[in-house]
Amino acid sequence: MIDLHWLYILAGAIFASFALSSARDRTNPKRRGNAAFWIVLTASFWFGDFLGDIGNGVLVLVLVAIAGTHLLGRGSKGSTTVEEREDCSRRLGNRLFLPALIIPFTAFAGTLAFNYTPLKASGLIDPKSVTLVLLGVGVILALAVCYAWLRPPALAPIDEGGRLADSIGWALVLPQMLASLGAVFAAAGVGTTIGAIAGAIIPEGSVFLAVLLFALGMVAFTMIMGNAFAAFPVMAAAIGVPILIQQDGGSPAVIGAVGMLAGFCGTLMTPMAANFNIVPAALLELKDQYGVIRAQIPTAIPLLIANILILYFAGFR
Amino acid sequence: MIEYWPLLGIALVVIGFALRFNPLLVVAVAAIATGLLGHMSFLKVLATLGHGFNENRYVTISYIVLPVIGILERYGLQQRARTVIAAMRGATTGRLLIVYLVFRQLVSAVGLKDVAGHAQAVRPLVAPMAVAAAEKQHGRLDPDTDERVKAMAAATDNVGVFFGEDIFFAIASILLIQGTLAGFGIVLTPFQLSVWAIPTAICAFLIHGARLLLLDRRLRRGAK
Repeated sequence: MIDLHWLYILAGAIFASFALSSARDRTNPKRRGNAAFWIVLTASFWFGDFLGDIGNGVLVLVLVAIAGTHLLGRGSKGSTTVEEREDCSRRLGNRLFLPALIIPFTAFAGTLAFNYTPLKASGLIDPKSVTLVLLGVGVILALAVCYAWLRPPALAPIDEGGRLADSIGWALVLPQMLASLGAVFAAAGVGTTIGAIAGAIIPEGSVFLAVLLFALGMVAFTMIMGNAFAAFPVMAAAIGVPILIQQDGGSPAVIGAVGMLAGFCGTLMTPMAANFNIVPAALLELKDQYGVIRAQIPTAIPLLIANILILYFAGFR
Repeated sequence: MIEYWPLLGIALVVIGFALRFNPLLVVAVAAIATGLLGHMSFLKVLATLGHGFNENRYVTISYIVLPVIGILERYGLQQRARTVIAAMRGATTGRLLIVYLVFRQLVSAVGLKDVAGHAQAVRPLVAPMAVAAAEKQHGRLDPDTDERVKAMAAATDNVGVFFGEDIFFAIASILLIQGTLAGFGIVLTPFQLSVWAIPTAICAFLIHGARLLLLDRRLRRGAK
């Protein structure tokens, strides 16, 4: 059965190619640091399951050491120039979109085809990771089409991919790092403490204030942990279930669903949700690494107010 | 007795991010400090960190698209995206991003949130298109406006996924809510929960859509 592990092998190969491209880039004075970073990441994807927890922990510390001591840099090795790109774009026309659309189309059509045909029962692909596996298939197809159609120099995809990866740099593994920080927070009892504090300051007798505290607690805890998944069980145990549902008789479906969505408003406002907020700033080469967060706050706050009103009016009819 | 010491780790994260230290370093220091203050041994902290990192490798998978995006950019994909928008009558940044917002919400609502995203859609297509539309409305963009338009493109992707995905009942967050409540003896089906994601999805569309139209107005007003 094709599951995530196959994808990890593919991803490892791609990270290894970034290492190769970094190492070859003589315009980058820190090319050895970059190459080492991508090699360690490759090791994680290929051998992570055999290294043991402590081995993986050491691997994490090595990645942190490379990034934290500023051993990562960027080269200035030229790709094509803007003028060449304009020319190509005019010559190739709208067909240029096709290879880019192969990836989402494979993921989209493939997932539907898998779920609504006997393929699902065939056990070919792990049903839990169908879309991601098909994303990998789409990448391979798109690369094949690019080679056959555009006939780039053999190493061009590696160099171009490596160029993008070096521009993202350490931010590429930050989301995964934050997920492991969440695991440490949970093991050290941070959630229990926050739940106890929130539970201790709950006001008596006012349903609205309890709703407010529940929603704001979800937002604050989500902003700290970087995702609402860690916040929900804690806030549900502290306020959602004992106060809002059991004591005040709120609708469990509304409290659960909209409580989680209130947390999502927090996700829009925190650098801890790095894959959504920090990585795109790097990908788009923004000068302000918090630029995406700044663009989101004016949506997040009114939407949080809307969620609080939905919780109060729909949850307590 | 509430144990307050582990909360110091949170303070370290906040301070570290505010002072703009390398975030990987901040996270590692905060994890080790929190674990030690929470009465874990150093090896236990290291093992927890390593285990978490290994289990969450799937978070980093989406970057396998970079070689494809890179090679297409080499042959002018961004330029093509701009040309298409420049030739389209009536295209504005706001309208374009509203269409993308609807697309992202609907596709996520049927369970396909991994179809688009920052690496595979926003950088090569959505952001250059948004900038091209803005240039049509505004003339040449100063660096601040250029940044704001690109940041809005990324923000629109996030708002679309976050407030679309929970309408799909088999998504992780809905299953987490169901599981958590079941632990308290409250039994709900995923479908009962996911319908309650719809009012928020509509509010998200109205609020973010209104902001996109305001962005259009600001771009027009600043036009030379």
